[in-house]
Amino acid sequence: MRRVAIIGGGHTDFVFNSPKSGMELLAEASMDAITKSNLKPKDIQAIYCGNVLGDFSEGQGMIQSYLADDIGCFNVPASRFEGACASATMAIRDAFMWVASGYYDIVLACGTEKATAMGTPLATRTFAMFSDGRYEYPSGISFPGIFAMLTHLYANRHNIPLKKLKEMLALVSVQSHSYGVKNPHAQFKKEITVEQVLRGFMVSTPLQLLDCCPFSDGAAALVLASEDVAKKLTDKPVYFAGVGQASSGKLSAQYKYLPRLRAREVAVKQSYDMAGLGPKDIDVCELHDCFSIASLIAAESLGFADFGKSGELWEKGETRIGGKIPINISGGLKSKGHPIGATGASQTYDIVRQLRGELVDEGRQVEGAKVGMVDTLGGDGVIVNLILKAD
Amino acid sequence: MSTTSEYKLTHKAYYDGLKKSKLLGLKCNDCSTITCPPKMTCQECTGTNLEVTELGGKGKIVTFTTSNVAPLGREVEAPYTIVLVELDEGAWIMGNLIDIDPAKVGMELIGRKVKLGFKVFPGDLYSAGEGVRPLFSFAD
Repeated sequence: MRRVAIIGGGHTDFVFNSPKSGMELLAEASMDAITKSNLKPKDIQAIYCGNVLGDFSEGQGMIQSYLADDIGCFNVPASRFEGACASATMAIRDAFMWVASGYYDIVLACGTEKATAMGTPLATRTFAMFSDGRYEYPSGISFPGIFAMLTHLYANRHNIPLKKLKEMLALVSVQSHSYGVKNPHAQFKKEITVEQVLRGFMVSTPLQLLDCCPFSDGAAALVLASEDVAKKLTDKPVYFAGVGQASSGKLSAQYKYLPRLRAREVAVKQSYDMAGLGPKDIDVCELHDCFSIASLIAAESLGFADFGKSGELWEKGETRIGGKIPINISGGLKSKGHPIGATGASQTYDIVRQLRGELVDEGRQVEGAKVGMVDTLGGDGVIVNLILKAD
Repeated sequence: MSTTSEYKLTHKAYYDGLKKSKLLGLKCNDCSTITCPPKMTCQECTGTNLEVTELGGKGKIVTFTTSNVAPLGREVEAPYTIVLVELDEGAWIMGNLIDIDPAKVGMELIGRKVKLGFKVFPGDLYSAGEGVRPLFSFAD
């Protein structure tokens, strides 16, 4: 396999009720990525696109094909990836494979979502499609509901009083907002306090409003190229060091591992093994914080803390810039926003910028970051991990 | 039958069982593991030497939540309590809990013994027909 680099990216603002269509958001992010890579649309050989609910939110399927035409990548093969919230990271991993194999030299990986157009009831219904429709949806399960149940299970399994766990979880949201303030693309640019989190509307016990990421509109895109092409186009290529992906069954079928998500442990091991690296080598991480508890569960499976202990990372500030493992310095899904089809591309975009040292002006640069981790979860069990490395 | 591989227990047969308050599962004749809800293969050894078996419908709550936000078309159901139950036979299944005020659930629910009933979800635009879910009540 050849070395593959990310050479440029684009990222729209993440917002509630965007006046733009999912296509316009996607095309703007994609053209930015192509232009910043010193390329023209005709240079793109294939498109890999994450989009989850365009069918429901705008009556638009097959958006990847229309994107190709809209931005002038006429007739290139364009594929849509659907792995719920992990869709764009799946797209990026496949894009990587196709370039690594030597089949293509330059491809576009991207994602878009216009979830807020659905309104909360339909959005809640469609997001619940990423749980088992036959055996679990009839109980009225929703996405907050799944993570709410994992929160109670986590407290029980690790003997942490729920009140204490809730306070630790509040710190996760507070930190995310403190960095979202500094991210110009973030949906929420305001600080919040532990008290505000604990006062919020109870969505699904014990998770309150500020434990939950929002519905969002937005898009992000990246251009991937083979090493030889990358070196001609940029002096700051960021290389793929390792990738991993795994799947899971319905929540109840994961009974032997919960609240751990076994798929993450499988996927991240693939990426660490491929990179020849371990958790201690990661300088900065964007992980899938769809709910505050999801951050704790993820950090443990990625190897940053012992099981049941990751709350201490946030308590001690180890997840902040200057800490042991800076996490979600973008503001995370919680504060930056979570347009599900775009999220993986957004996480990757932020890690690339960290590894290029481009975030000094925004006041959220992890100094000297050379190795970054992307962790994206779809539904109750699709996981994709990427390890990226600056040269 | 158009395929050689066939589900031993389809969702339809599982639902029909639930509607008679019978919980059907699959017993693996190779490793003895119970798979429930049904799958094509044994959830432990992936074998297909499975037979349909009626389970006791008893178990204990392993986790729960009371949801105050419901998906489209189900708003009138909220608030409702969802539980994951570890069956006496080992498998976990998801259902709703009755016999309790949804506003008053807490960690003390974990470990409570429950027994099975059922409730039909009539379905919506996206569900291809009805669904039937376990409806648990306290057995201790």
